[in-house]
Amino acid sequence: MREMIISELSQALHEIVRGFAHFLPRLIVMLILAFVGWVIAYFVKAVLHSILRLIKFDKLSENAGASQLLTTAALPSATEMLSRFVFWVTWLGFILLGVRVLGILGLQEQIARFFLFLPRLFVAMFIMFLGLLAASFFSRAVLLAAVNANVPSPRLLSLALRSIIIVFVLSIVFEELGLAEQTMLVAFGIAFGALMLGLAIAFGMGGRHLAQRFLEKRFVRGKKEENEDELSPL
Amino acid sequence: MAEGSFLTDDFLRQLINVGEVDILVGLPTHNNAETIGSIVHTIQSGILRWFPRERAVIINADGGSRDGTPELVTGVSIDDVHPASNLYALRTLHSISTKYASSPASGVALRTILAAAELVRAKACVVMSPESANIEPEWISKLLRPIYDDGFDLVTPTYRRHKFEGLLITNLLYPMTRALYGLRIREVFSPEFGFSGRLGSQFLGQNVWNDGTGGAGVELRFTLAAIAGKYRICQSFLGEKDPIERRAADLVPALRQTVGALFSALEPDFPVWSAVAGSQPAPATGANQEVLLEPLRVNRKRLREMFSTGVAELESVFQSILSPSTLAELQRIARLGEEEFHYPAELWVRTVYEFAASYQKSVISRDHIIQALAPLFRGRVFTFLIENRNASADDVENNIEDLCLEFERLKPYLLQMWKSRE
Repeated sequence: MREMIISELSQALHEIVRGFAHFLPRLIVMLILAFVGWVIAYFVKAVLHSILRLIKFDKLSENAGASQLLTTAALPSATEMLSRFVFWVTWLGFILLGVRVLGILGLQEQIARFFLFLPRLFVAMFIMFLGLLAASFFSRAVLLAAVNANVPSPRLLSLALRSIIIVFVLSIVFEELGLAEQTMLVAFGIAFGALMLGLAIAFGMGGRHLAQRFLEKRFVRGKKEENEDELSPL
Repeated sequence: MAEGSFLTDDFLRQLINVGEVDILVGLPTHNNAETIGSIVHTIQSGILRWFPRERAVIINADGGSRDGTPELVTGVSIDDVHPASNLYALRTLHSISTKYASSPASGVALRTILAAAELVRAKACVVMSPESANIEPEWISKLLRPIYDDGFDLVTPTYRRHKFEGLLITNLLYPMTRALYGLRIREVFSPEFGFSGRLGSQFLGQNVWNDGTGGAGVELRFTLAAIAGKYRICQSFLGEKDPIERRAADLVPALRQTVGALFSALEPDFPVWSAVAGSQPAPATGANQEVLLEPLRVNRKRLREMFSTGVAELESVFQSILSPSTLAELQRIARLGEEEFHYPAELWVRTVYEFAASYQKSVISRDHIIQALAPLFRGRVFTFLIENRNASADDVENNIEDLCLEFERLKPYLLQMWKSRE
């Protein structure tokens, strides 16, 4: 009996040792991959940081209005944020490669899905950045045009346009990420429709005469503006 | 000859038929049927009277007129001039027309005229405005004689103007170009000017035509190129300038055309203007510019309101362009009432220089920078109107001179910003 127990125990120990011996090289490979990944990610981060500083990405981000968002959220600069993001994505990628080497069955599919998701994440971030850039540019253009045309509430107009563009861009971003597609579509449709209807009613009820004057000025030739006694600049 | 490659075959054929000329008159047009007949008639009279022995051609560069303007240019017969003025042509006076585009673009029109001048080897050229209803035959002589007889390369006009006309010129373009380029040219941007064939050819070869703006403000770039290239320049007094229809909406396009062109020239011309100190008067023929003083109704209140609204509403834009101290000072004066409001020359000059430096740096869209200057310019105009309300012609000139000296005094400030932003 005693011999039998010893035999079973030694067999179990043997199995564990054999399993560990089988697992250890994979673990070492994983740790090596994680280390190499960290070095590469750090290198990529440093290179990207330099490139972004060289092309003055912070200024671009400031123009896009992204810097103001980051400052409000007490986050570092856009260059730092993007560099860190790329560092973590790169390192995480290597760690996941290492985990894959371990051969844990349940994780394989999740890792594959993560790698498939990465391009969509990058595209979504790119769209978001371009969207913020467009929102900032067009809202500023409207603000300047409204101020120079002496239109009432120029900042409100500018903010409204900015909001519309950002909502539109967010809906595209969520669609690209595949997150709550249906909800976003319906929410966007309702919000956009409500906004347009609200503007139409507001303009129709409150701005009837403004609309009439605008259309007359635009289409009735020969009708001079009254009280336009500003001096010729040239 | 490569510069003429953008000209149409038909236009080239017409130019070949004309052959070499001594005098070329360029006439850029777009829907000017109302005035163009009499203007061509006046130009022909001027050529017959002042250059009867020279070979001459009138070149019409049309931007897609739909009212028959080109036909009117080529249809005006020189025979109509004879009976009225007792003038007779010793040479054939050609009038040819080309459509350079289906929409007007002043830069393309000037480029067409310059290319034509180069192809026909014109010695002296003049560009005339198609809208100058009060043009006189003498204008042709006044703009061409200094080139043809005295060897000048550029003749810019001076006019008899009301003291409150052309305020962008008197408050920004003239003082700033004078301070930066060191030459006192009063009308740096004018629809009428004369130039030599060699200056035209040199400018034609410059890289100013493909900036995507259709060459807006290229007339000003032409003047600056002449100064920078150390060509011989003089000013010629023409007479009274046509009062232009006043519209508030004209300000932003005018700023784009002139201030935008000036700011964009500063970058390539930095080696030239950074080495200049002080300013020299440009030689002048005829009288100096004259100032008219009769009362003029101006909505001053609206100017101040648009300034104050602009400063308040565009704060986020100005934060990108102006220094904190300049912005704070503007915000302070924007809160003042109509009686106390004063936009001092020193603050105006600092504002303009900071805009120029921001334009060079492209802190935001360059077009937005130019647009943002409009409300501030209105504030400066308000102060100019108040300061010169009861001023005599001499007082107005003295005030403009003081502003010019302020631009010259603060030039190191612009240089400092320019270098720190490089």
